[in-house]
Amino acid sequence: MDQVNYNRKINFSWLFKMAVRDSRRNRSRLLLFISSIVFGIGALVAIYSFRYNIQNDVDNQAATLIGADLTISGNKAPDGELKTLTDSLGDDRSQERSFASMVLFPKSFGTRLVQVRALQGGFPYYGELETVPLHAGSTFKKGKYALVDKTLMMQFNAKVNDSVKVGNETFVIAGLLNKAPGQTGISSGIAPVVYIPLQYLEQTGLAKLGSRITYSYFYKFNNTRAIPKLIKTLDPKLEKDGFNYDTIATRKENTGRSFEDLSRFLSLVGFIALLLGCVGVASAINIYIREKIRSIAIMRCMGVKASEAFLIYLIQIAGIGLVGSIAGAALGTGIQHLLPMVLKDFLPITISVSISWMAIWQGIVLGLIISVLFALLPLISIRNISPLNTLRLSFDDTTTIKDPLRWLVYSLVLLFIVSFSYLQLEDWTGAVVFTIGIAIAFLILTAIAWLLIRFTRLLIMSSWSYIWRQGFANLYRPNNQTIILTVSIGLSTAFICTLFLIQQLLISQVTLSTGDNQSNMILFDIQTSQKKAIADLTRKQGLKVLSQVPIVTIRLDKVNGKTAADVKKDTTLKINPHVFTYEYRVSYRDSLTASEKITSGEWIGKTIPGKDVPVSAEERFAERAKVKVGDKLIFNVQGVLMNAYVASIRKVNWNKISTNFQIVFPTGVLEDAPQFNVLLTHVPNNTVSAKLQQVVVQQFPNVSIVDLGLVLSVLDELLDKIGYVIKFMSGFSIITGIIVLISSVRISKYQRIQESVLLRTLGASRKQIFAITALEYLFLGTLSALTGIIIAIGASWLLAVYRFDMPYHVNLLPVVAIFFAITLLTVIIGLLNSRGILNKPPLEVLRSNS
Amino acid sequence: MPAETILNIQNLNKTYKSAGRTLTVLDDINFSISTGSTNAIVGPSGSGKTTLLGLCAGLDSASSGIVELNGIGLSNLGEDKRAQVRNQYVGFIFQNFQLLPTLTALENVMVPLELRGEKNIKARSQDLLDKVGLADRGHHYPAQLSGGEQQRVSLARAFSNSPKILFADEPTGNLDAETSEKVVKLIFDLNREAGTTLVLVTHDLELAAKTHRIIKIKGGKLVSDEKTCNE
Repeated sequence: MDQVNYNRKINFSWLFKMAVRDSRRNRSRLLLFISSIVFGIGALVAIYSFRYNIQNDVDNQAATLIGADLTISGNKAPDGELKTLTDSLGDDRSQERSFASMVLFPKSFGTRLVQVRALQGGFPYYGELETVPLHAGSTFKKGKYALVDKTLMMQFNAKVNDSVKVGNETFVIAGLLNKAPGQTGISSGIAPVVYIPLQYLEQTGLAKLGSRITYSYFYKFNNTRAIPKLIKTLDPKLEKDGFNYDTIATRKENTGRSFEDLSRFLSLVGFIALLLGCVGVASAINIYIREKIRSIAIMRCMGVKASEAFLIYLIQIAGIGLVGSIAGAALGTGIQHLLPMVLKDFLPITISVSISWMAIWQGIVLGLIISVLFALLPLISIRNISPLNTLRLSFDDTTTIKDPLRWLVYSLVLLFIVSFSYLQLEDWTGAVVFTIGIAIAFLILTAIAWLLIRFTRLLIMSSWSYIWRQGFANLYRPNNQTIILTVSIGLSTAFICTLFLIQQLLISQVTLSTGDNQSNMILFDIQTSQKKAIADLTRKQGLKVLSQVPIVTIRLDKVNGKTAADVKKDTTLKINPHVFTYEYRVSYRDSLTASEKITSGEWIGKTIPGKDVPVSAEERFAERAKVKVGDKLIFNVQGVLMNAYVASIRKVNWNKISTNFQIVFPTGVLEDAPQFNVLLTHVPNNTVSAKLQQVVVQQFPNVSIVDLGLVLSVLDELLDKIGYVIKFMSGFSIITGIIVLISSVRISKYQRIQESVLLRTLGASRKQIFAITALEYLFLGTLSALTGIIIAIGASWLLAVYRFDMPYHVNLLPVVAIFFAITLLTVIIGLLNSRGILNKPPLEVLRSNS
Repeated sequence: MPAETILNIQNLNKTYKSAGRTLTVLDDINFSISTGSTNAIVGPSGSGKTTLLGLCAGLDSASSGIVELNGIGLSNLGEDKRAQVRNQYVGFIFQNFQLLPTLTALENVMVPLELRGEKNIKARSQDLLDKVGLADRGHHYPAQLSGGEQQRVSLARAFSNSPKILFADEPTGNLDAETSEKVVKLIFDLNREAGTTLVLVTHDLELAAKTHRIIKIKGGKLVSDEKTCNE
């Protein structure tokens, strides 16, 4: 008797050879399966390349973002020791005062709220004020000249050498400002900048007491290595006086962080595309392996071990996954050229586009991992395929419910989704919630498909016509596609629809009401002495004064006896240290407004002289300051300390356009404090708006006006651009979803070939087979799309309420459109596949599939 | 001198559980087969003959009883070890040929040798294709061959690993009379030449009569075991 070699070593080169041989006649199908990951990988490689390029660009251009080695800024003029310091730092220094003010273009009589920057010195030391003509950026400081932002110039059709009136002074426009250090296209649209020389600020009459001016000092150092040490000594002094500082290093860090947020969001959208692709891979490989049962059984008969059969197909899938990933990486590298174009308005730096090998490498590895991981579940079932299948269909079940490896694969898939979501979100809770959401959607769809199989079997009646019976019976007969198609079509619909619904909600958030009694114009910086005259002027224009609100600037000194220094020392207090540095603009009144609601405590509208002042705190402020009803606060009202306590906590609807405050005082205490006023009115159209702005600017140059109509149009433009970015990224998910749909339906073709051909052989007409196929896919498409949409509504509701904190509503029309589009697409793709079978003679089809 | 036994079956039972019921497919089967002999298992449809072939060849495991192939007890071996036994000692011919559709005829013949890691595989496989009359069809895929040609490739594959025993399940079941005759002749010629033991399952009594011994199965039981005049 010969000895059997039970320990035959695995011959990997033979396994590779077999994998290649076995894939020969299936490569186009395998490529179709894997094409579902191409767009997901493409999206991620594009985003990763973009991220790496940005990191490099931020590193290289950080100096031009800030324009100096060190900037110090605060909202009051430095005095005492700090003044001496600000006047002596650095080897070269500049200073700037910036504030919001109205400007008037005398040629067109146009007025608009702008950010005035009064500059002195050689700033910027890095980068430049990009102007037309070129030299205007440096020459404007030599006389009574101004640089005006290009959006303003365009709006009022102003030209170089025209004039612009800032406060009481008129300046000649020396140049058009294209870009200043750190400024983005979007920020200049919201708050356009006008530069004037600092020496003329006094003459404008705008730098008076009560004006909200930011004082900035820019320094250039010959020895930049000394800066970190200098910062260490400066920091406590600046903090004590409520000043901030910024260096190239801190700006680099902050800018990098804000880009991280942007790229994290984009990566998550890309990941959704990739997950959709994973669904495609898993369902396609599942069917592929089912079709390979016979081949695997033959190999097993000839002595191929279970592990060897498993490896042959694993190598095949990994190989084709690698091809798909490389294609995805190439696509992504191409797409990254588009991202800076799409995002340029949000970026303060020039983005370079270069091939990022790191991103390509990451994309390929990720593609390989997911194609193998999501193919593993069907692949491990290979181990259970009996050689007995060569003689007859095995009685043994090849499904692997009891297989411990199956549960290991499930765990790996979950672990992968959680870890990868964490890498994108950098938040474990978010990652776990995201994964649970996907798992729930998956379970709901599987359950729906299972119920469908059960109910269809019971529902079909013998009185139905043959076509209807056959079409519906396809849903539960052996080798049906019901679960796989329902899950893949349903998940694709759910992802796409959720993205769409959230996008709609975000956009509708800012579509504000412009009813007659809703204010759409705000006049602020009104001095107490001007209050009555401006109200009269407004009424004279035929406009209603909707409200006039006094505003007092205060700071918080102590919370329950604890100062900023105490909070810094004792971190267990959990009070946000910024509550002490912030300058609060508060108001006083005797009643609540329509946008406020007391959530705890009691509203007290009048103070009792000699006692602590009862104030009302907005709930987010209360959370930051860790105060509840009854807690003691000490405020610094422009030098005077005032004892107060929290009498009530309010919920404020910040979405409503009205004057809302973090802290509201009762009447009878702040009336004599230095203050300014705000007036709200409603203007019916742009002409009235322009007229009111002109008369106010001419008579009261210190008063600023916000035209909400203009702000809304800028916001609209901004949201359009954001919407475009979201749509651009969602496009990847949609394309992937369609590919998954095509490949899911297309692979089902191979399941239906045999019986369609048999039916044709038995005399069924093309029309009849078309009708049977159409019915099957119509039912699958309808149910999957509907379930997907219901899941999307649930998911978007959860996101709206718990993540974005906004009211929820569904715009039904587009949702119905998505439903019909997905259903129709399923039926069309199903029919197109059948057409391929029906146009060929039955024998040819049978032979090519034997 | 008594002939050496290559296959020994003792008290073999095979049952399946179906819809809560136990279904007995094979009931207490006993026989042994000597090396180099030719044997036919015959019986009506559903009598359990294909199940018996599957168990003898180690494609399935018995519910109880002993299956010894070349002195190796298959009953206690796992599927992977049975696969090694098949690769080393067993050849198969199936009613529907069971060629790997994505491999050429030559590659199909090469697979069992490749698995064993043998040398000179291509030339040996090509020789076998010559023997079955398909020297010039080696690069064709199964779908490009006729039924008779496919069965001849299957025959070349079955003999490629020089098996000690060849199991054939209705080898002519899908072929016309003329092709069947050619294939049967080839099976017996190659078998004689290689000194292989042959176990074939068939309905065809004429084919069965060409073997040394006919084992009849009915309702899962062995009803007769007779030597033929070819013995």
